[in-house]
Amino acid sequence: MSNLQSQDYIRISATTTTPPSARNFEDQVAKLIDVTRCIGCKACQAACMEWNNLRDEVGEFHGTYDNPLDLDPHTWTVMKFTEYEDDKGDLEWLIRKDGCMHCEDPGCLKACPAPGAIVQYANGIVDFISENCIGCGYCVKGCPFDIPRISEVDHKSYKCTLCSDRVAVSLEPACVKACPTGAIMFGSKKDMTDWAGDRIVDLKSRGFENAGLYDPPGVQGTHVMYVLHHADKPQIYAGLPENPKISATVEFWKGLIKPVALAGIAAAAISGFLHWVIAGPNEVQPEDEEEAKRVLKENNFPEDEGPHRAEHQT
Amino acid sequence: MASLAPTFGRGAMTNTWQDIKNANLVIVMGGNAAEAHPCGFKWVIEAKIENAAKLIVVDPRFTRTASVADYYAPIRPGSDIAFLSGVIRYLLEKDQIQHEYVRAYTNASLIVKDGYGFEDGLFSGYDHEKGQYDKSSWDYELDEQGFAKVDDTWENPRCVMNLLKTHVSRYTPEMVSRITGTPQDKFLHICEMIAETAAPDKAMTSLFALGWTQHSVGSQNIRTMAMVQLLLGNIGIAGGGMNALRGHSNIQGLTDVGLLSNLMPGYMTLAADHEVTFDDYMKTRLFKPLRPGQTSYWQNYKKFFVSFQKSIYGDAATAENNWAYDWLPKLDIPLYDVIKAFEMMNQGEMTGYICQGFNPQQAFPDRGKIRRGLSKLKFLVTMDPLDTETSRFWEDFGPQNPAVSADIQTEVFQLPTTCFAEENGSLVNSARWLQWHWKAAEPPGDAKSDIWIMSGIFHRMRELYRKEGGAFPDPILNLTWKYTDPTDPDPEELAKDMNGRARTDLKDATGAVVTKAGMLLDGFGQLRDDGTTESGCWIFSGCWTEKGNQMARRDASDPREQGIAPNWAWAWPANRRILYNRASADVAGNPWNPAKPVIQWNGTKWVGIDVPDYGPTVKPSDSVGPFIMNAEGVGRLFARDQMVEGPFPEHYEPLESPAINVLHPKVQSNPAVRVFADDRADFGKPSEFPYVATTYRLTEHFHFWTKHARINSILQPQEFVEIGEVLAHEKGIAQNSWVRVASKRGFVVCKAYVTKRIKPLIVDGNPTHVIGVPLHWGFTGQAKKGYGANTLTPSVGDANTQTPEFKAFLVNVESVNGPLV
Amino acid sequence: MSRPYGTLTRNATVTRLNHWLTAACFVLLMLSGLSMFDPLLFWLSSLFGGGEWTRTIHPWIGVVLLISYSGLIIQFWRDNLWTKADIAWLMAIDKVLVNKEEGVPEVARFNAGQKFVFWSMALLVPALFFTGLVIWEYYFGTYTSIPTQRAALLIHSLGAIAAIIIWIVHVYAAIWVRGSMRAMTQGYVTPGWAWRHHRKWFRSLATTGSTGPKPNVDRHTHK
Repeated sequence: MSNLQSQDYIRISATTTTPPSARNFEDQVAKLIDVTRCIGCKACQAACMEWNNLRDEVGEFHGTYDNPLDLDPHTWTVMKFTEYEDDKGDLEWLIRKDGCMHCEDPGCLKACPAPGAIVQYANGIVDFISENCIGCGYCVKGCPFDIPRISEVDHKSYKCTLCSDRVAVSLEPACVKACPTGAIMFGSKKDMTDWAGDRIVDLKSRGFENAGLYDPPGVQGTHVMYVLHHADKPQIYAGLPENPKISATVEFWKGLIKPVALAGIAAAAISGFLHWVIAGPNEVQPEDEEEAKRVLKENNFPEDEGPHRAEHQT
Repeated sequence: MASLAPTFGRGAMTNTWQDIKNANLVIVMGGNAAEAHPCGFKWVIEAKIENAAKLIVVDPRFTRTASVADYYAPIRPGSDIAFLSGVIRYLLEKDQIQHEYVRAYTNASLIVKDGYGFEDGLFSGYDHEKGQYDKSSWDYELDEQGFAKVDDTWENPRCVMNLLKTHVSRYTPEMVSRITGTPQDKFLHICEMIAETAAPDKAMTSLFALGWTQHSVGSQNIRTMAMVQLLLGNIGIAGGGMNALRGHSNIQGLTDVGLLSNLMPGYMTLAADHEVTFDDYMKTRLFKPLRPGQTSYWQNYKKFFVSFQKSIYGDAATAENNWAYDWLPKLDIPLYDVIKAFEMMNQGEMTGYICQGFNPQQAFPDRGKIRRGLSKLKFLVTMDPLDTETSRFWEDFGPQNPAVSADIQTEVFQLPTTCFAEENGSLVNSARWLQWHWKAAEPPGDAKSDIWIMSGIFHRMRELYRKEGGAFPDPILNLTWKYTDPTDPDPEELAKDMNGRARTDLKDATGAVVTKAGMLLDGFGQLRDDGTTESGCWIFSGCWTEKGNQMARRDASDPREQGIAPNWAWAWPANRRILYNRASADVAGNPWNPAKPVIQWNGTKWVGIDVPDYGPTVKPSDSVGPFIMNAEGVGRLFARDQMVEGPFPEHYEPLESPAINVLHPKVQSNPAVRVFADDRADFGKPSEFPYVATTYRLTEHFHFWTKHARINSILQPQEFVEIGEVLAHEKGIAQNSWVRVASKRGFVVCKAYVTKRIKPLIVDGNPTHVIGVPLHWGFTGQAKKGYGANTLTPSVGDANTQTPEFKAFLVNVESVNGPLV
Repeated sequence: MSRPYGTLTRNATVTRLNHWLTAACFVLLMLSGLSMFDPLLFWLSSLFGGGEWTRTIHPWIGVVLLISYSGLIIQFWRDNLWTKADIAWLMAIDKVLVNKEEGVPEVARFNAGQKFVFWSMALLVPALFFTGLVIWEYYFGTYTSIPTQRAALLIHSLGAIAAIIIWIVHVYAAIWVRGSMRAMTQGYVTPGWAWRHHRKWFRSLATTGSTGPKPNVDRHTHK
């Protein structure tokens, strides 16, 4: 997406200086996806395609209502349908809208090596700034939710923008506007959390004892949250991670080893320099040449008869 | 709507979409509201969230509606009457009905005359040869003044209540389960949930659609639930009602303006051949009240009829020529429905066909027969915004349409038309709202509006009649056509025609002029039978008055936040939002549910958030019934002669069924159904086609339109069938593999979706498998090519309406290696 | 390049070309790799025409490096085989570091330090190559799981850091031991250089009458 709110950043990928932060009086926003009132109509998918001018190829049937089957550069949100039978054999058809979770601690941003390719606005939205993207795919590795997709055409990374362009002018994201049942709501994170609380009370009264809000602390919460009937088992919703956090591998790679590595490289260079200063160069001495000549003579080493003799008479 | 009108008086959704939020219990059966009506379904979710409502879904498949339901039960396609009759039996046996309501507002107390009876699956009066009933015995016992006799104590064994008890006594929970395959515990649990809404302050709403209508007993499916709702006192109240969810943005409008072959605008009926004179015609239409003091609004029939005739024939319709009655066509059979039309084409009796906004090649049963019929035509005109399969029926598209073009002599005129967004006009939604819409874009290419095309055809035909005479030119030559641009009348002009105007100064009893000549009328109350008024569709009168276009109103304010915004668009009749709303109050005029009143008696008149569906100053003590269209003033548990197959609903098996009708094996299926001989020969036997199939829409598509749109095609790209895991295992069908589904009439080769959402049902002890056949794919458009569900479906319709039996038929299924090429 | 009179050939022309191709690849990989490793060094990507070109070109240079270094392995592996003398040399590293020659065991063609560099790179280059393939989004982005890719990224980074540090040691050693650079640029060393740093190698040339880089096998002695 484009870079619309340049004074509104709280995080910029691959940048060590303080981002522009003068506009610091902004609510954190959140999209609340109430899985328990979602009817899987895919209006959100259609709205996403329309607003963002995305059109995938017309695909095939895959033995499921999931179409397209997965996220891709042209599909930033997709409904995932799961036929789930509980221990008692009671069937539930769990339908979860998959897409970017807009983590408060975004793994993609942490992993990104390109300055300004991934930003987080003050309202919490994590956005990809395509002109800065170098297409390395590190965001894919950084994401705990398997969201970013790299285009095979332009080799840029794509994902849901939470309609940052709409939100910037006080409109709700396109999917929210299109949702016919109000299963997708948008507002301040606090309001959404409060509303989710009411929903959970209602769900518990309907026998969903483990109803709850999915706002995983492992990524310091997300700006896209789910109301789940079975918050104790998020993985039954097409593999929603139980306790997502930025992988320890990524944390290590993007954390400790950067300074340690640079220090190591610097140390090696400095050691060399100090050695030069202290011990100095190791030079061949005239005695060495004498000794060498002596040994050559002892061995009847032929006078240099090589092809270079003529040119190198000294 | 040939089921609601016989019960309540009008064939339309009783309440509004918004009103669903007031329900305490929502039952979705005979429909799949979340998938087919996702926008309207928001009000179900609203009811759940704001009103703590529970949602029940009864469906052969675990649908997307079921995915948000509080309780789901499976049912075998085509057995809904058994289920619902079981519910009625439960309510009566447990005495969980709303007594005061049933006594005052239904015909439970009315006494049925001797001669009516029911035995071994047949009601009295059946003529085995004709396959029809003589319905004369299905009526009340009348007193000397011609009023129906009443027994409010319900002791008379021939009162409707006792006849009903007897009729449903066979539908025990065991029998229901045996027929429907619904497990008894689930059936009983649903009965308990439903019974709770018998409380006066509790409401259940029934949401249904083609899941009920598309059966050979479709109308009776709906009637059975209508009876349940009457017994529970759920008609006329907020959050109650029989809510027929229309599958098309303007299908309500289609019936309202009488586009069926037996109807005229405003649910007036076309004359039959034997009704030679106008007097003959009026004799059976002026419904005299069957109880003292009842409204029986159809008594005004002549006003509506004369005003209609004046609207289309103007000065040429006079009292002397009986308002041009003779110029109307007369029916020689009850109905020229689409199944009949294609039968006639196949028999060579119909040689030209104008197909306006209709795609029978995809939409009507037995696709092969449709193609054969179209192939025998001399000419076919298609008028559609899209490149429909019908307009390309003659082209070889491979196995999906194996036409041999060289053998087809039909001349096809494909006329591209505008779509709704390219013209002004109004649509009538399920809740009877006439909503004006404005043109948003220019039509592409050579597309012209339907009005322009029809005007052109009219002018050319009239010119031919003028020049060449012809057998009977009067109806065409005398038609009025006073439009600014006769070749392209404005939608606004046509809307005003529908509303109607005064032809001369209208005076009241004192002789004072109340409406000046030429002025638009305020409502159908001003219509007269002396030729001084005109109205193209009396029920629409009030939609465009001197105050302007009422359909264009967009004030969403809802005074009680109860889902009634009286200044948003305009609803027929008379801007009433909840039909029969007098029944929302008790006999004394106080709301049954004080928390959600609709109208109530304030001592001098009826007041509330809705326009009273009742005389506004009629006192409660006058005992005028709330069902003002019915001659008896009350809702009909006993439908008299209004239904062709009986005054009470009875379970009959679909024409193709895997089961014997255990109630009366000799009368297996609807005895009043019409089947053409060639169609009967094409019915399959369970020995050859052992599985029950049902067709349906998916939420990603609208019929055969949206496969022409890229986004919808992306969202659901390819034809498939849904097969339960057990059957798939038995037949060795793998997930996402290719299968061949065949009926006696044809086959479909497509992908299989092996699902947990369809489970075998135990019907009369036998495991019965259901195969789901979504219907969206054809051979034009952007989605992958498909065969179309109508390749499989049988050519037989509901006995009353001839709506095809798409929801229950027999197929076989087998695994195949891949698609046919 | 010609060898002046009385000098010994330390590295043949092919060897030298191979080495410098490898070196160029390594430096380019290091610069481009570091630009993607640490934002502080992202500016290095401008050397390659920006981040996208850096991302595009880095893996291809890696492919060249692998091929190139394979050439070095073929040429050098035998002379880099580990011997007992290498241990003794390492035991005397304190003397080596202060440029003292007494008590340092005689060294063949390569000393233990050089062998360490050689074998480290022989391990690291393929490791970097294969982990690089895993994270080469353009072609192989979908072939492995994301956890595998994460591990590959970590191994790739750690390996690269190790390689860079070893490279620094290697470069410094070439600067420190005077004459080494010429041995790889022009290819020759003086007999004194050979006597001082690689006495065993020198003796093997002297006794076989070879001017390098390998002893003659057909002429054993001129005594």
